Amino acid sequence: MKYLHNIGVYFLMIKDMFRKPTKWSVMRTLILKDIDDLIINSLGIVAFISFFVGGVVAIQTSLNISNPLIPKYLVGFATRQSIILEFAPTFISIIMAGKVGSFITSSIGTMRVTEQIDALEVMGINSLNYLVFPKFIALSLYPFIISIAMFLGVLGGLAACVYGGYGTLEDYIEGIQTDFIPFHIVYAFIKTLVFAFLLATIPSFYGYFMKGGALEVGKASTTSFVWTSVVIILANYFLTSLLLG
Amino acid sequence: MIEVKDLHKSFGEAHILKGISTVFEKGKTNLIIGQSGSGKTVFLKCLLGLFEYEKGAISYEGHVMSELTANEKRDLRAQIGMVFQGSALFDSMTIAENVMFPLRMFTKQSKSEMEDRVDFVLKRVNLPDAHKKMPSEASGGMQKRVAIARAIVNNPKYLFCDEPNSGLDPKTAIVIDNLIQEITDEYQMTTVINSHDMNSVMEIGEKIVFLKDGYKEWEGSKDTIFKTDNEAVTNFVYSSNLFKKVRRMYIEENQ
Repeated sequence: MKYLHNIGVYFLMIKDMFRKPTKWSVMRTLILKDIDDLIINSLGIVAFISFFVGGVVAIQTSLNISNPLIPKYLVGFATRQSIILEFAPTFISIIMAGKVGSFITSSIGTMRVTEQIDALEVMGINSLNYLVFPKFIALSLYPFIISIAMFLGVLGGLAACVYGGYGTLEDYIEGIQTDFIPFHIVYAFIKTLVFAFLLATIPSFYGYFMKGGALEVGKASTTSFVWTSVVIILANYFLTSLLLG
Repeated sequence: MIEVKDLHKSFGEAHILKGISTVFEKGKTNLIIGQSGSGKTVFLKCLLGLFEYEKGAISYEGHVMSELTANEKRDLRAQIGMVFQGSALFDSMTIAENVMFPLRMFTKQSKSEMEDRVDFVLKRVNLPDAHKKMPSEASGGMQKRVAIARAIVNNPKYLFCDEPNSGLDPKTAIVIDNLIQEITDEYQMTTVINSHDMNSVMEIGEKIVFLKDGYKEWEGSKDTIFKTDNEAVTNFVYSSNLFKKVRRMYIEENQ
């Protein structure tokens, strides 16, 4: 019953997020600040992880090809497919649920604990619109991060493959061009947009409706990470069945 | 003026406010006092419209709060200033930005007009040079004064304060009390203070409402509280030996 109740409250929160909009001059500042906090500040870690995981995928694929009948370009092909279809959109989103999600939950949760949300409400401001809507808009730029993750993942695979001596540049380039289906990119970005919505709203829900003190802010951040990850994995399964199945 | 009639509020099975009726007058500092758990904070949050109540009525200048339209409620809230127990300053903003916040949200003033108004209210609360500090760099007393500046920057008709002296040393607490009373007189606001502090009761309590177990047990002023025979009030207010002596001396002097 508690889960059903929480799901209901979550959808009401989303409805209220669009109600009674904050003055545009203030909202613009909030959106720019959230773009900086959530998007720009995540670029470093996403770039680092993507580049090296791309490299590891290429090395693993190369090491597991022992049959001489399997063409060498398969390393590039497998790296591209893994990065574009799953690693960049889904696993970067899980990492972002930890980084961005816990930031959102703890910042909103701290505002709840220190009565800053009550202060907004007393002033007649729709606190959900003020706090959650800018994050939702900022994270609509999330596909930008994922396209960088895709590019750097494939580039990391190339670097590992060529400079590690696992294959030639020509084979790798041929691999990443083989059987390329443009819809896979569309599929990845549809997933990314859905995950962006989840990344903005689920952590906000856990921060906004938390009760208690500083200890509960920490607990809410952990719970938020767990549930954001679970919902992303489930959404990934259903979207994959729907779009590629 | 704020009028409260037969106010009832429950959370599930727990009946917190049990038919409170009172009037908070314009230009006076009205204090709500009572032990922890007596319903003071719930009462204050009902007055502010943060909690909905089951029965009764709260009227601002004759307008019943529950009958107001959304726009009327918004207009009413723009006339309310609130000082929270923990100050509730926005961490991500400087002190000047915190004070300017209600102006940015609710007025169409130019930036220079807003800056002038912020300068004025920060001077009024004796913080003329604190503009660029972050709330985390300010002491508890400074934070309270910034919260008061933010609450009055929009010239509100009503000022609510939840435990404005909590966590402050006695000297700073008196400064805050005097500041609230001066501002109330100066702007002729209706000020409602939720307090545990007996110094505040004696110093600025022009009207005092004493709550016990969700009921209004007693109401009076800082003068009548010395003379009351109500056992619950005397047990609460004169619980320390010092206050017992003060009361005895007051009664002896006035006999």
